[in-house]
Amino acid sequence: VSFGKIDDELFDQLEEILITSDVGMDTTMRIIEDLKEKVRERKIIDPMKVKELLKEELTEILSEENADLDLSSSPAVIIVIGVNGVGKTTSIGKIAGLLKEGGRKVLLAAGDTFRAAAIDQLEIWSNRVGVDIIKHTEGADPAAVVYDAIQSAKARRADVLICDTAGRLHTKKNLMEELKKISRIIDKELPGASRETLLVLDATTGQNAVSQAKVFSESAKISGIVLTKLDGTAKGGIVITIKSELKIPVKLIGVGEKLEDLQKFNASEFVEALFA
Amino acid sequence: MAVFEGLSEKLQETMKKLRGKGRVTEKDVKEMMREIKLALLEADVNFKVVKDFIAKVSERAVGQDVLESLTPGQQVIKIVNDELIDLMGREQSKVSFSSRPPTVFMMVGLQGSGKTTTSGKLANLMRKQGKNPLLVACDVYRPAAIKQLQVVGNQLGIPVFSMGDSLSPVDIAKASIEHAASKQHDLVIIDTAGRLHIDEGLMDELLNIKNSVKPHEILLVVDSMTGQDAVNVADSFNKKLGVDGMVLTKLDGDTRGGAAISTKAVTGKPIKFVGMGEKLSDLEPFFPDRMVSRILGM
Ligand SMILES: Nc1nc2c(ncn2[C@@H]2O[C@H](COP(=O)(O)OP(=O)(O)OP(=O)(O)O)[C@@H](O)[C@H]2O)c(=O)[nH]1
Ligand SMILES: Nc1nc2c(ncn2[C@@H]2O[C@H](COP(=O)(O)OP(=O)(O)OP(=O)(O)O)[C@@H](O)[C@H]2O)c(=O)[nH]1
Ligand SMILES: [K+]
Ligand SMILES: [Mg+2]
Ligand SMILES: [Mg+2]
Repeated sequence: VSFGKIDDELFDQLEEILITSDVGMDTTMRIIEDLKEKVRERKIIDPMKVKELLKEELTEILSEENADLDLSSSPAVIIVIGVNGVGKTTSIGKIAGLLKEGGRKVLLAAGDTFRAAAIDQLEIWSNRVGVDIIKHTEGADPAAVVYDAIQSAKARRADVLICDTAGRLHTKKNLMEELKKISRIIDKELPGASRETLLVLDATTGQNAVSQAKVFSESAKISGIVLTKLDGTAKGGIVITIKSELKIPVKLIGVGEKLEDLQKFNASEFVEALFA
Repeated sequence: MAVFEGLSEKLQETMKKLRGKGRVTEKDVKEMMREIKLALLEADVNFKVVKDFIAKVSERAVGQDVLESLTPGQQVIKIVNDELIDLMGREQSKVSFSSRPPTVFMMVGLQGSGKTTTSGKLANLMRKQGKNPLLVACDVYRPAAIKQLQVVGNQLGIPVFSMGDSLSPVDIAKASIEHAASKQHDLVIIDTAGRLHIDEGLMDELLNIKNSVKPHEILLVVDSMTGQDAVNVADSFNKKLGVDGMVLTKLDGDTRGGAAISTKAVTGKPIKFVGMGEKLSDLEPFFPDRMVSRILGM
């Protein structure tokens, strides 16, 4: 998009970019109002500068001092949660691959005992990456799987235990209770261990992602977001709303279905892609 | 944000502000249109679709007796509601069957939208209606996709046709039709791998499957939580394959589901079923008026 002069049309175009990236109405309107204010204050006259300023603002919102996974204790735990089909299991495979490459000993826990062949799916990933997996049978108690996996991680001196969980809509109270139970087991069996609770969000998701982040936060202390499926045409702008409202940073992004399709989140690259 | 305020409350709020002014002006209607626009965008209806829709509703609102009405808020709501139901299609759309069985359904869509689960649900529903379905495992890519369909088929007691993951999905689909005919299956439901609408190779593969098995229904499975991108996805799949209808999944959550409007608006193709849960009985026919109420928060 090229802009001629600074007028309402310019701001409307910028607003449209945000809305069509799923940023959400409230956040979009607030950001555009702030932008207008700043343009006035700073007496900016070059339309390109307005766009640059907006990019800076967005990058600022999304930036996080330290978005690295904190896995300093050994074992450390990563628990991966989210609604159905967003890419939890696949992301676990990719994360395991990355950590293994970094020389860490990884163990997977097949905590989705509900979905058809979810255990087999994680097992294929574990073979692909070359890491061990702890699994029970379909229908088993996920908390028991995690318990076993923790004992196993200790015994085998694993560096990182990554727990898969079944996809669940955040509106299902009993399933959210199940997550709390898993969390309590980790608290009890690995007190003081570093823990990452990663919420996986699908970049194609619209405004509902805010509700997902809010409600999952009530049952788990989310430390970061994995934003998947950014290889499509969806922009994933909803994370801007989530970061500014809930302060949850994006830590990783998924850009495909293969092992290597995982990247560290980069705020300015993400913002550039919104305007591409 | 988790709980959206319904549009009717919002409009009533707007009307309260206008009350006492005597009569409603065009400007007031404009203000109401703004509220409607915001509500639709918050429900994830596509930006361009919203724009066109608002233009249409404004015209009707200004042209009609809304300005004179004692209850302009309600009048506008009624117009919005009517127009949206029109947009979604008044009639319930059913799937069609071939007069020369087996009838073939082909499930397509983005990764994780719910194709495999919906294949099972649909087989279950169709069996209740007297069909003898066969499920076909054409996802040779996703880890354990075939196993997933087999588990689903097993739970239902419905046979699953598979040839492993080393043959091409086109060949598997072709072979499944012969198999179905020999086993007196009058319905074949083909599960395909999830793919991006911009993945040319994989989109071509779907076209090849279509050309070799001539499905009677190509059903695009869409996650009801999808945001603004729903139009790109639906438009691309439809242009490539000519889809016959859509299945909207995961409506058991708290999403408004504006994607329903977006996909219908860009493709003109109806939503035929909605997924209401993870269980294999959680598939329902689609009712446009209910969907409209949901999107508007009424
Ligand atoms: N294009 C693309 N596809 C992805 C990405 N991440 C995951 N997928 C695909 O999305 C689909 C769902 O991924 P899963 O990892 O099974 O998702 P999940 O959240 O574990 O799903 P449930 O366990 O059923 O809730 C699969 O087809 C994956 O291959 C990504 O970054 N890009
Ligand atoms: N809550 C809910 N979950 C659903 C519904 N339909 C499917 N799911 C879940 O969504 C996830 C993905 O479903 P799948 O059937 O594996 O989706 P898919 O499109 O086949 O995925 P890929 O083959 O990886 O592209 C699973 O966890 C399903 O249980 C639904 O209507 N409601
Ligand atoms: K999805
Ligand atoms: Mg999974
Ligand atoms: Mg599938």
